[in-house]
Amino acid sequence: MKTKKYDYGTAILSAFEYLLKNYKETFVIGQGLWSPWYVGNSMTDLDKKFGKNRVIDTPVSESATTGAAVGASLTGMKPIVVHPRMDFMLYAMDAIVNQAAKWSHMFGGQAHPGVTIRGIINRGGEQGAQHSQALHAWFAHVPGLRVVMPSTVADARDLLIASVLCKDPVIYIDDRWLYEQEADLAPIKEINLKIQKPQITLEGKDLTIIASGYSSFLVRNASAKLKNLNIYPEIIDVRILNPLNIESIVKSVKKTKKFLVVDPGWISSGFSAELIAKVVENLDINCLKCPPARIALPDAPAPTSRVLEKEYYTSEEDIISATKNLVKE
Amino acid sequence: MINDLKDFSNPKKYNSLPSIKDQDIDVLKNMLSTMLLIRKTEQQLALGRKDGLIGGPVHLGVGQEAIAVGISLNLKKTDRVFGAHRSHSHLLALNPDIYKLFAEVLGKKTGFSKGMGGSMHLFDQSNGFFGSTPIVAGTVPLAVGAAMASKMQNLKDIAVSYIGDGSVEEGVVHESFNLAKVSKAPVLFVIENNLFASHMHISLRQPSDMISRFAVANHIPYKLLDGNDVISIAQNSKEIIDSIRNDKEPAILEVVTYRWYGHVDWREDIDVGVSRSIEDIKNWKARDPIQRLSKSMINSKIWTKDEENELINKIDMKIKNDWEKAMSDPYPSKESILNFVYSED
Repeated sequence: MKTKKYDYGTAILSAFEYLLKNYKETFVIGQGLWSPWYVGNSMTDLDKKFGKNRVIDTPVSESATTGAAVGASLTGMKPIVVHPRMDFMLYAMDAIVNQAAKWSHMFGGQAHPGVTIRGIINRGGEQGAQHSQALHAWFAHVPGLRVVMPSTVADARDLLIASVLCKDPVIYIDDRWLYEQEADLAPIKEINLKIQKPQITLEGKDLTIIASGYSSFLVRNASAKLKNLNIYPEIIDVRILNPLNIESIVKSVKKTKKFLVVDPGWISSGFSAELIAKVVENLDINCLKCPPARIALPDAPAPTSRVLEKEYYTSEEDIISATKNLVKE
Repeated sequence: MINDLKDFSNPKKYNSLPSIKDQDIDVLKNMLSTMLLIRKTEQQLALGRKDGLIGGPVHLGVGQEAIAVGISLNLKKTDRVFGAHRSHSHLLALNPDIYKLFAEVLGKKTGFSKGMGGSMHLFDQSNGFFGSTPIVAGTVPLAVGAAMASKMQNLKDIAVSYIGDGSVEEGVVHESFNLAKVSKAPVLFVIENNLFASHMHISLRQPSDMISRFAVANHIPYKLLDGNDVISIAQNSKEIIDSIRNDKEPAILEVVTYRWYGHVDWREDIDVGVSRSIEDIKNWKARDPIQRLSKSMINSKIWTKDEENELINKIDMKIKNDWEKAMSDPYPSKESILNFVYSED
């Protein structure tokens, strides 16, 4: 099959182009869309190709903009809201959590807000505490929301299309630290979001490492170095955080008997806890050779200075060292 | 607080009989009958709540019936109406199916929201009622988006957002006014100014009692009306709705009214309310939209007291039958808890 080279950003761009071209009920709304330098190369020239009526730059109003997209979705449209930094999306929590997530349930399944809300994690670069947060765990806590975190170039494209074509509200979270990845992709084939599951990205035997978003990328990179140390982890990319399908993860842990969770958010009450809980609930705890381990961000807001940033964020070395410890046991 | 509403907020003013000259008699009878049906239905809900038969809170709009009834005369089934916590009248004015309302408020499977919503979460999209939810101002941006969508879909349908005077104390309303104006969204914001947010009088919450001042700030055309005059509301809203449909621009309609009951349930709340006295309630009851229309019709000899009594008996009978039927209906199945979280197909 003929493939084409993409990076993570142009893969997202190609998903937008596909949706706007093939689904007339699709529109995109958010801040900066007529000069989209906030979002890397993921939305370049969409307004010129598809018109300012369908690619809508907005006032500085996250709450009204997100609410408007929810309202439009109830009339049969397929809107995508873009929040170039997830931190600003907190202004829109009522529209997301109280309205979109609850709409189907409180009206007895008679209507579904098929809105996609893209929140970008945009940390590092000395941007500090309010331009950096990875809040996927908050959204994954809310029934009614589907939470998608693509870590690969292929998923960046295909899961965005699947999110928009899904009838339910979807929080699609991408991470600016993933944008430089490259891959050759086959032509677009639509997939059904509802049957997407965590994916084994590398088969192995010594332990299972479970990760999402940017953490998955780090784990994949670490695995090459681990191989040199004769350590063969099985790597699982969660992809769909809510509703979470735990089966393939449990199956892998039953095989390797050890597991490590790496998460791009904070550690306390975070998504790593949910993964560990769901795994241990679903197997005989005696089959584990050692307690599970996890790596996540310390319980502190992101610092600003680059020296502190280096200390704060998870590195490949952190993953290698935690893996070595687990394998030793 | 500056009393920019002037006499609109004075119950002793604007209590004259509405002029029904040149009005279609059937339309008048229909408005009177719908207002009475809504009034008596809500009074039944007050009783049901007082007697403990209704488990959840009911926010009653008794005294405010003229607003939704007057406006809905000018709406189509394809329009996109969004409500809030006090929205029984907004729904019933579009579809007077009180049986489905009773069933919903009682949490029964046969209700408007299949028994999953209760009084505060009502849904009847096939009649234009897209939904009501009780987070103050929560549905306001949704209505703006539904209006923006109508334009993208090349339709002439408009959106309606029912809000109260308290809603403008939420930031999202100002974002929504601004977004509606700059995106030329065909949406009507109906501000039912009943002078209270829960127990707090507007004088304790805002520097002016006139909400339309925010229309001026956003260059949105507006009208300020007596909310207890159904004829004036019907006429003026027709004009406004026609212009929203044709010009694709938002508009604001502020209607000044008063609720006879307290914020929630059957009590009058004279004890918890600040500036809410028995005297005020008595005076506002004299500005009753239903009695004003009825008297005007009787004076013009197109309606009689006997006809009115007959109508009331009919409504009472319907309420009794529908209430009993709803009371004996089944609750949703236990599976509903998980089944409705996501779409099924």
